[in-house]
Order: sequence, then C-alpha cells, then structure tokens
Amino acid sequence: MADAAIAGVPASRPRLDSFWVVPPLLILAALFFYPLSLIVREALGGNEAFTLSHFSEVLSSRRFLDGLYNTIIIATCATAGCIVLGFVLSLVIAFVPFRGAKSVARLIDTFIALPTFLVTLAFTFIYGSAGLLNVSLIRLFGFDLPPVDFLYSQWGVILAETTVYTPFVMRPLLATFSQIDQAQIEVASSLGAKPLRIIRQIILPAALPALVAGGSLCLLLTVNEFGIVLFIGAKDVITLPMLIYSKAIQEFDYTTACVIAVVNVALSLSLYTLYRLIIAHFGGNRAGVV
Amino acid sequence: MVQAMVMERSLPAATPSASAAPADAVGGSRIGFENVSVTYGSLTVLQSLTLTVNPGEIVALIGPSGSGKTTALRAVAGFVRPSSGRIMIGDRDVTNLAPYDRKIGMVVQNYALFPHMRVEENVAFGLRAHGASEAVVRARVPECLAMVGMGAYAKRYPRELSGGQQQRIAIARALANKPQVLLLDEPLSALDAQIRRSMLDELAKLHRDLPALTVLYVTHDQTEALTLANHIGIMRDGRLKAFGGAQSLFRNPPNRFAAEFLGRANLLPVNDLQPAGEGRVSVRFGATVLKARNHHRLAKGSDCLLCVRPHDFKLGSSRPDANRLSGVVRSVQWQGDVHNVVVEVAGECIRLSSAPMREPPEPGASLDVHFDPADVTVVPEDGADG
Ligand SMILES: Nc1ncnc2c1ncn2[C@@H]1O[C@H](COP(=O)(O)OP(=O)(O)OP(=O)(O)O)[C@@H](O)[C@H]1O
Ligand SMILES: [Mg+2]
Repeated sequence: MADAAIAGVPASRPRLDSFWVVPPLLILAALFFYPLSLIVREALGGNEAFTLSHFSEVLSSRRFLDGLYNTIIIATCATAGCIVLGFVLSLVIAFVPFRGAKSVARLIDTFIALPTFLVTLAFTFIYGSAGLLNVSLIRLFGFDLPPVDFLYSQWGVILAETTVYTPFVMRPLLATFSQIDQAQIEVASSLGAKPLRIIRQIILPAALPALVAGGSLCLLLTVNEFGIVLFIGAKDVITLPMLIYSKAIQEFDYTTACVIAVVNVALSLSLYTLYRLIIAHFGGNRAGVV
Repeated sequence: MVQAMVMERSLPAATPSASAAPADAVGGSRIGFENVSVTYGSLTVLQSLTLTVNPGEIVALIGPSGSGKTTALRAVAGFVRPSSGRIMIGDRDVTNLAPYDRKIGMVVQNYALFPHMRVEENVAFGLRAHGASEAVVRARVPECLAMVGMGAYAKRYPRELSGGQQQRIAIARALANKPQVLLLDEPLSALDAQIRRSMLDELAKLHRDLPALTVLYVTHDQTEALTLANHIGIMRDGRLKAFGGAQSLFRNPPNRFAAEFLGRANLLPVNDLQPAGEGRVSVRFGATVLKARNHHRLAKGSDCLLCVRPHDFKLGSSRPDANRLSGVVRSVQWQGDVHNVVVEVAGECIRLSSAPMREPPEPGASLDVHFDPADVTVVPEDGADG
C-alpha cells in the first residue's frame, strides 16, 4: 500500500501536465490536419474506392514534371542567388567600415516584413515591357519592341525571389558576423593573409552554419512561392503552387490539384526536416537563427 | 643590409641553451615611432609619440587603462593609421603599408586562435599565407610547437586547450613566419596568477632562445614589465610620460607619475635643496634634514619630492650617515613574506615593507626608521614637465 502511495504521487503529475497538450493539438487538428487529410483523401480517390491511379497519372504527366522541374530550378537558383548576394552584402555591412552600415542593416531587416508581391510590382514598374527601363530605352534608341524582356521568364522570377529572400540569409549572417572576434581577423592579417584569404579561411567557416540555415530556409520558402510567380505572370513559368492554383481554380480539377498539393507538402516537409536537422547539427545559438 | 644584420644577430641563437628550440634566424629589427599621433574624431589618443625599440630588445609599455598603449601597438601592426608621424620597422617606413605586408608577429590578450582549425593549422596559417610549400610547413610547424613546449598538441582544437596552452599556441603561430618584430598586447592578463608567473619565465626563456627578436610588450602589470623588459615606457593620456632602462626608471623615476606607477613609492614633499658633496644633496622634510642623490640635477633651492621605495626603509640600528625619521605606527599588515607598516612622520604617512618580523610594532607605538641616501633620489613635482 505504501508502494502504491509512493507510485501514485509522481504518476498523477504527468497526467495533469499532459492535459495541456490537448487544446493546441485540437486547434492544430482543426486548422491544419483536417484540411490536409481532406486533400490526401481526395488525392487517394475521394468518396470512391482507395486508388493510387490518380497519383501515377498525375506524376507521369508532362505538365506536372515540367512544374516540378521549374520549381526545383527556380528554387535552387534563387537560393543560390540569395546565399551569394546575402553573403557579399553582409560582408560589406559587417566588415567595411562606412557610415550608416547599421541603418542599412536595419533597413534590410524591415524588408522581411514587406509583402513579397510589392517587390514584384516594383520590378514590373522598372523592368516590365511598359516599365521605366524599357520606355527610356525605346525613347533613346527607337527600338520597336521592348529590349529588356527577361522579367517574363524564369529569370525574372529568380531575380524577384532572390531580392525578396536575401534578407532571410543576411539576418543570421549578420548575427554571426557580429560575433566573430575582430582580433582573429587582425591576427590573420598580421600573419600575412590578404582579405580574400581571411574571408575564405576565417569568416566563411564561422559563417557556414548561418549560411546553411539561411539557405535552407530560402529553399523552403522559394519552393512554396506563389505570389511572386503569379504577379510576374510569365506564361511559361509554371511551378507546383501555380499548377495547383490553375488546376483547382481555373480547371476545377480538384483531384489533380490535391495530388500535386500532396507532393508539394511532402517536398516542403522534407526540406523543413532538413532545415531543422542542419540547425540542430550546428546548434541554433551558434548559427544565430531561431 | 637589413638582411646582413639579421644574419649576424641570429648567430648567438645557436647556443647550447637553444637546443630545445630551433636556433634559426628570427631576425631582429628596430621599431621606431617618430612623432606618431593618433586621433579618433576630435579625440587624440596618441600624442606625438617618439620611441625606439632597438633590435633584439624588449620594450614594455605600461600605463593606466585608456592611456594609449594598445593604440601604439596597433599603429605598428597597421590597424590604426597615424594622423601624423612615421612608423619604422628596420629601415622601412611602414606607415602606409597594409598589415599583411608588415611581417610582424602579434599576440593578443584573448589569444584569438582560429577556432575551426587544429593547433597545427593555426601555426601553419601564416606560413601558408606567405605561400610556403607544404614541405616547409611540415618542417616548421613542429619546430614552432616545440619552441613553446606544445609538440604533443598539434592535432587538438583550440577549445580543447587551457588558457595557458592557447597562449603558447598563439605565440608559436606568431613566430612561425620568423618575424622581425613581435607585438604582445597584454598576453598574460587573461591567465590566473600562478600560470602567469610560469608563462613569464617562459617568455623570458623564449627571448633568450631568440635573442634577435625585437619585442614591444604592452601590459598593465609592472611585474611583467620589470621582469622582461630592457626598457620601459610609461604612458598617460596618450603621452609617453617616462622612458628608460627598467632598473634606472625604477631607481630614478623622472616624475611623480612614473614613481607611483612603476612600483610603490613614498613621495615625501621636501624643500630647500642644497648640494651636500659627493653628488649628494640635502633637503628639508619638515624639521628634518635628509640626504639623497640628485639624479635629475634639480636646481639648488627647489621644492621637490623625495622618492623612497617601501623596501628602502630599515628598522633597528643604523649607520651614522643614514637618514633617520621617527614617527608613530598607524597600521601593521602581515602578507606572508612581508610586513607592511604605515608610519606617520611629520603629518605624512609613509609605507614601509620589511622582512617578516617576529615581534612587529604595535599601532600607536613610536618607531624609528632609517634609509641609505644612496638608495633614494629627489624627483621633480609633476608641474615641471606636465
Ligand atoms: N576605435 C576607437 N574609436 C574611438 N576611440 C578609441 C578607439 N580605440 C581606442 N579608443 C580610445 O583611445 C584611448 C586609448 O585606448 P587604448 O586601447 O590604446 O588604451 P590602453 O592603454 O590599451 O588601455 P587598456 O589598458 O585598458 O587596454 C581610449 O580612451 C579609448 O577609448
Ligand atoms: Mg589595451
């Protein structure tokens, strides 16, 4: 009996604690798992018998494969762009002493708060066929057609996504750079290392966790990017989210839309898992990311 | 020509004492500050510094926090640009040279080892930056590690080393390129007292092994400066307040600040300086006449300070020509190997340190002390030179 009493005390605590898991789980279920399960159900045959035929049909279709290819190419290129641009800009802000470096960093930070289509809209004003650049060029040189037309291609999307998501790389990078011991850099240069060697051998290794974490976040966001692609409105640039949109909203083909959505969710979740693994590997604190 | 001098100076390194360390030509070169000023905005943190560190010499810069010691060192390294003046290393004017072209070794307070590189890669960094072949790197790195007694730690990462070990690696890394000059900025201040003392001995040994190396050593700690340095510069508010051989600066401080900063000193206000023969002068301290050396050749009749180190005071019977003072004991403090006694004499509190006494005087008792005129000198009041 004494045993039971002793055993009873610790047992009652977890039961009370675990109760608090229920409300958030319920909310999650209502808002996320339930719609997700509907999508998966629809993809697997809906009200009729369970079948994988929709999957095999959609996954082997030309449009899906093109969409997947486009998504991966755009996401990879945009992420690479973000990493390179973010690294260079952060280096300049953190290590080249100039007036207002802090304000520039803060300005870039607020960029994260802006809606993604805003940049795209600005791009249309600048590089669009009736945009500033083309109109000026036509006036100056009398071209018949707008000479700058990369915007309505894959490259336009990549450029816009790079612009929008670069701050996501810079944020953890700047945090990391601010923690690099200035004395290390000075000692390195007293040992005869020129700036490029210092960047390669001192700064880059220190920045690697932040770079990888920021890069995978960018990859995750660009894979799912919808607003930018839609806003640019390039006819040939169909990514998975665009495909889902056109299937569901324009062609009322919900089943195909759901199949693609499942693929898209699986892709995002695996990228997200990768992202968490990387952060766990480097330690979130060291990478300066949360 | 520098080359020839370097070769010549490196010869003494090949002595038996250098057997543990490689007896190689770490070249010696003069460091010269010529009227160097450094300003940050409107703030002048280094004021017309002129100072020479001769080849093979260790010069320590000491001074209170914010006096400009680190700034002076960083000007040699190339991290601060003088607003005026020149910096010379050997015969080269390096004032406008980039840090990576200056061929110096530098060791800083927090070691600044490269955290993602193993010890051997840290030491090899400078060699590789200068384009040394892998064969050279493989030969030189163990040499440098042996020099600081860290041969067994080549494969470790910095985080796997103690503070003292990290500082040895930082020194090995700085010496790998065989620099002509070595700059040390408070290299021991992050270590605890005991390790600091043994590192101090090792730095002294290192310099015996590399006698041609010219060293500029910045420190807060007068013991480090007195132990290591041939010459000591004392800085305050961006100015060099005193400069001289370590011993002579200690024995004959040129002003109040130097006397108080380097070692402890009793500075008795004295007046009516008169010549007293044999290079001595007599001065009046209250009603007492005291004799002292006049190292700084102060003028007859002047008011000045008499600098008496706490250890210069003796208790008990005295020689007939000694200076004698009597006063009242105010406090007695025992510190293991010394007794510190404060005695009030003619309204001034003087501090004396003596070997531990079996029966120390009681506070309130009267006490006679004496000191040898040869041990003390008169010092001008600071007003004389700023
Ligand atoms: N980058 C800088 N910008 C503005 N002022 C500076 C800068 N670096 C140093 N100073 C100022 O220059 C003065 C001298 O600094 P320095 O680091 O040379 O002092 P220090 O003698 O080495 O002091 P410590 O013993 O505390 O290391 C200080 O007043 C400091 O505030
Ligand atoms: Mg300093």
